[in-house]
Amino acid sequence: MKCFSRYLPYIFRPPNTILSSSCHTEADIISTVEFNNTGELLATGDKGGRVVIFQREQESKNQPHRRGEYNVYSTFQSHEPELDYLKSLEIEEKINKIRWLPQQNAAYFLLSTNDKTVKLWKVSERDKRPEGYNLKDEEGRLRDPCTITTLRVPVLRPMDLMVEATPRRVFSNAHTYHINSISVNSDYETYMSADDLRINLWNLEITNRSFNIVDIKPTNMEELTEVITAAEFHPHHCNTFVYSSSKGTIRLCDMRSSALCDKHSKLFEEPEDPSNRSFFSEIISSISDVKFNHSGRYIMTRDYLTVKVWDLNMENRPIETYQVHDYLRSKLCSLYENDCIFDKFECVWNGSDSVIMTGSYNNFFRMFDRNTKRDVTLEASRENSKPRAILKPRKVCVGGKRRKDEISVDSLDFTKKILHTAWHPSENIIAVAATNNLYIFQDKVN
Amino acid sequence: MYPRGIKRKCLDPEEVDGSFADLKTVPSYTLERQSLLDMSLVKLQLCHMLVEPNLCRSVLIANTVRQIQEEMTQDGSWPVFHNHKPDYQAPLEHLVSSDVLCRSSREQDDSKPIEDSYIAYSEELEVQETQEISELSTVPSVKALQNSSGFWEVETPQENKAHFQKSLDHIFESLENRNASAMEDLFSEVDTSYYDLDTVLTGMMGNSKLGHCEMLDSLSPQAAPHSHCKAEMNEIDHIVEILVES
Repeated sequence: MKCFSRYLPYIFRPPNTILSSSCHTEADIISTVEFNNTGELLATGDKGGRVVIFQREQESKNQPHRRGEYNVYSTFQSHEPELDYLKSLEIEEKINKIRWLPQQNAAYFLLSTNDKTVKLWKVSERDKRPEGYNLKDEEGRLRDPCTITTLRVPVLRPMDLMVEATPRRVFSNAHTYHINSISVNSDYETYMSADDLRINLWNLEITNRSFNIVDIKPTNMEELTEVITAAEFHPHHCNTFVYSSSKGTIRLCDMRSSALCDKHSKLFEEPEDPSNRSFFSEIISSISDVKFNHSGRYIMTRDYLTVKVWDLNMENRPIETYQVHDYLRSKLCSLYENDCIFDKFECVWNGSDSVIMTGSYNNFFRMFDRNTKRDVTLEASRENSKPRAILKPRKVCVGGKRRKDEISVDSLDFTKKILHTAWHPSENIIAVAATNNLYIFQDKVN
Repeated sequence: MYPRGIKRKCLDPEEVDGSFADLKTVPSYTLERQSLLDMSLVKLQLCHMLVEPNLCRSVLIANTVRQIQEEMTQDGSWPVFHNHKPDYQAPLEHLVSSDVLCRSSREQDDSKPIEDSYIAYSEELEVQETQEISELSTVPSVKALQNSSGFWEVETPQENKAHFQKSLDHIFESLENRNASAMEDLFSEVDTSYYDLDTVLTGMMGNSKLGHCEMLDSLSPQAAPHSHCKAEMNEIDHIVEILVES
């Protein structure tokens, strides 16, 4: 991409919120970020199996600049390291994905998953406690029956707000391979979990049974050349879902056609450009994330170097292709050598589907405006993120002479990668996970 | 924009210009292709060492090796395997086989209670175990095989042959190191891993077609419950042993 625009419809200022632990361990690395359906809450999962939920503060008139900052609401240990005794294999506690369920009462529900087990968590508030029991004193000790002379009615008294997270369902023993995606269906009763070779359909109430809806495991495993990399339900049609593969294809399936969706309804695939062919062609075309837009008309996919937007009505090529970091095309060999080429970048839509965001290396992340075709590279870093400062677009020097403010491809830090980002469902607030730091940026206050 | 010669850039940035037409015959290209192959084989080898490797990554690497193999076969730099000498093909074929990559994911049949399969397969277990013993016994002959002049006797340029040998040497080396030092630890910690290592070793060194086939059979999905049962069987054996001792 030649033109790096210096403008974007939305300028994000670092708030307020850079949430991190000062000295971090492997366990602190954020592995997933997700807003809930209203945007009031933001959940992160990490390699240590923890889930941290942030809640947006109510706006206050006295401090207009502190507009809706996110503060820690609840923290809990979702998954613990386990041992699979049959395989003598340790199951990591790392949270691979979090998905919120639509809110139906005062409590919030979310699904979190590691490699093998999905859990349904209830997060609820308690700000009152019962007082005045007949048989127990205030500390909860049983009272001597002789001292009880009168009967009284216990009353609820206000107390400090307490947020509790309780596991409501544990969906286990259904995946032999590693779960890479979970997706809640629009019927709000079922959800699916996808691993490398299979996709299962669950009822949220039933933990001991799931239905296998996709199985690409060949009878002879020697013939295995393709794996499932991501899957998602259509936002409105509860019978439709898509899954992507390591060969760069996206399959749309209709659960009405058969119980086991062996045959896809649509196959989205772009013919390979012969001029760009290399030994790494297949690896870089492997899709790392797939997302329906809010209306369900388009699908966005992320592969190693690009983001593509597909129209559900056109299978033979994407309608839009955006280069995320095309300058890495000449570095593929070293990226293969150091395994970066297998990094799984995710991608997100903004609330109105007009802007796309995805991550890159060197703590850079990219935004593409679909209407104006302008794009911007921004950086999530402590140094550049003074409160209420405006993020400066960054530019990577592609060949030729490096100008001031530009960074050369060779000095990019490939250990600082932004794999997970999230966009508020209706406002221009974004959450960017950079290793163990979570940055929350919002557009400029007028 | 860049044809297959793309990887030259990082290894040999000075030589990016020039026409790509006859690239596949340029020595530097074949060299770099070879080093990519070596790199991939080492990566695959490391995948084999893991009990549960990242499947997506393993499959992509295996496909890359297949692709290189295909291209090298076409331009004649891949060791040509004759039908009457099928043994040569075994090592790499085996390495690339995704089956081995997924071997750890031996599945218990969800619909079938474990007890049933245990009874059903218990007879075959004994057979399989004896096979494994015989497979293990081939391990000490690694060095001999490697040095035997006939083993890598192929009609290819000396250079390529050397590279090929080098890449495999490397793998042999890492295997041997592991064999010597880490083997016992592995045995004590993970009782199935000796089986995994075993299959890798026999796959790499498999000098008899029979052995190779057996190994593949034992890994095939149909036979998967065997190994699972075997682990269980071992456990039961162990318990029985303890009982006897006490």
